Amino acid sequence: MTLTEKILARAAGKSRVSAGDNVWVNADVLMTHDVCGPGTIGVFKREFGKDARVWDRKRVVIIPDHYIFTADSKSNRNVDILRDFAREQELPYFYDVIDDADGQWKFDASKGLLKRQYGSQYAGVCHTALPQKGHTRPGEILFGTDSHTCMAGAFNQFATGIGNTDAGFVMGTGKLLLKVPETMRFRFEGRLRPGVMAKDIILHIIGEIGFDGATYRAMQFDGPGISSLSMDDRMTIANMAIEAGGKNGIFPFDARTAEYVEQRTRLNGTRQAYEPVEPDADQKFIYESVINLDQLEPTVACHPDPGQRKKVSELADVRLDRAYIGSCTGGKTSDFVEFARIIQGKRVAIDTFGVPATPEIVHDLQSTRWGGVTIWNILVGAGVQMTENAGCAACLGGPVDTFGRMNTPLKCISATNRNFPGRMGHKESQVFLASPATVAASALAGRIADPRDYLSN
Amino acid sequence: MQSKFTGPVYVVRDNIDTDQIIPAQFLNLVPTIQEEYDKLGSYALWGLPDALYPKRFVEEGATDSRYPIVIAGRNFGCGSSREHAPIAMGSADCQCVVAESYARIFFRNCVATGELYPIECPDRLCETFQTGDVATVDIDANTITHEGTGKVYPLNPLGEVRPVVDAGGIFDFARQSGMIAR
Repeated sequence: MTLTEKILARAAGKSRVSAGDNVWVNADVLMTHDVCGPGTIGVFKREFGKDARVWDRKRVVIIPDHYIFTADSKSNRNVDILRDFAREQELPYFYDVIDDADGQWKFDASKGLLKRQYGSQYAGVCHTALPQKGHTRPGEILFGTDSHTCMAGAFNQFATGIGNTDAGFVMGTGKLLLKVPETMRFRFEGRLRPGVMAKDIILHIIGEIGFDGATYRAMQFDGPGISSLSMDDRMTIANMAIEAGGKNGIFPFDARTAEYVEQRTRLNGTRQAYEPVEPDADQKFIYESVINLDQLEPTVACHPDPGQRKKVSELADVRLDRAYIGSCTGGKTSDFVEFARIIQGKRVAIDTFGVPATPEIVHDLQSTRWGGVTIWNILVGAGVQMTENAGCAACLGGPVDTFGRMNTPLKCISATNRNFPGRMGHKESQVFLASPATVAASALAGRIADPRDYLSN
Repeated sequence: MQSKFTGPVYVVRDNIDTDQIIPAQFLNLVPTIQEEYDKLGSYALWGLPDALYPKRFVEEGATDSRYPIVIAGRNFGCGSSREHAPIAMGSADCQCVVAESYARIFFRNCVATGELYPIECPDRLCETFQTGDVATVDIDANTITHEGTGKVYPLNPLGEVRPVVDAGGIFDFARQSGMIAR
């Protein structure tokens, strides 16, 4: 069996499953957020009764992150719906925006979009917060009401996005009926060259198999090239399995996985026991390919979908209006570090927005110094508009007052994961997806630019 | 249970993602609150670029669509897991989508909610039909008929999905079939 099949077999209580089998699996964690949580809670109450209890209060994790820093009253209300539910169900893992358990969330627009407006429990973007807060463990099953839930596959677990109705079902029963997907294997060899990032690997792969090339399938990333990839790198890759239509993306377990998970579960006091999976020698794939990491170049997915792959070298004439770094896939500490390495000591030529995924990343950037100056201040000094209000922000457009949202038909290069028409706001705007390094180089040049040209000087 | 749907079709092409079906700015609406469910319908397919789709699926100011059938190309419903997508279409009175293929989560959400029948077709019908053409979808006979030309095209059977959508979604199906208590 493949990694995915082994986890699903274990969660179904079976010795063996095969691609195409429909199996009931036990969930280890159900995650929801402010956009889909209220609807999921609505389904749960409608179907199980107004006095129903969740199947296991320690396994329901609620992370508001999408529409938080907006004056839109319905969005603020949705955070309050989550708080009421967390209190009623006595959920220990609700990462509230505010510290007052009896309060109501109201964003104060008069304070502006840059200065932090959250309390001490707020966790930021759910997919990045889940591992940071010790909720990802090898060998487990994670369901989330968000398609980028697949990011947790970096930790050798089965993680997939589901809708509100399915999530309401899981909330009440702890179970879900799944079809075991066929597995596509991507074997990594070699290591990335300077200026090339994990984002380039996944954009290359999506370009290779097409934007629906992994529909209904698991994407397994393995091979000797994995060992050089950090957990942040693996998260970037697993995150975008959905951009090829994948049901999940998954990595093998190694010492790096163990170190991260053990540190984070200890730090947060979450469940520490876990049991990773290893593939069987007889694992079968529906597709196999070898990715030579050494041969990859800075890569861009052009408007209007993540499968429109081009090398940066083919796009040198594309002029831009805006650059954006942020999101689950592109707003981690390591993303900002690579971004800052290129930006340092220069000045951006176009409007450039930076949104760290989580408050912890804000802290990292505000406390790590290069030559006496914090990374945060290096970026601000270069003209990057940095917000402390960690969250999903303009990655998915959001309400019209969202930080970095494109409200006019602009061209933007972005370290995020989607570029469908209208994804970051205006219907006629265009988004080019790239690595944080390529976004940095392009922000300096005002057109799509190769980060390798900025590394030596 | 209704098995034939007749009316004008709305035709879209490949890779219509959930941002085009229901743009993210409307995700502040909670589908289990009735008035917000109705409002979601008024924004169904609102995100389609105007230049490519000059006729709107739901007229400005209306809450329902005049098109009970949507015909699409490949990979319909790709992108986010937002259940608001099939719900917005269902709320707008759309009854079925006929597409060459679907993205996984959208397909599953259609079935789980019972909002729409997600039907697959072997032919590239988005090249054959034009928005406004009248068609009849028959999910017993597994056909779609172009009422203008009289031509009949095959549909793939819905299989196990049909009784779940017939029942009104997974919870109603599970109750009807005795899987969970009434």
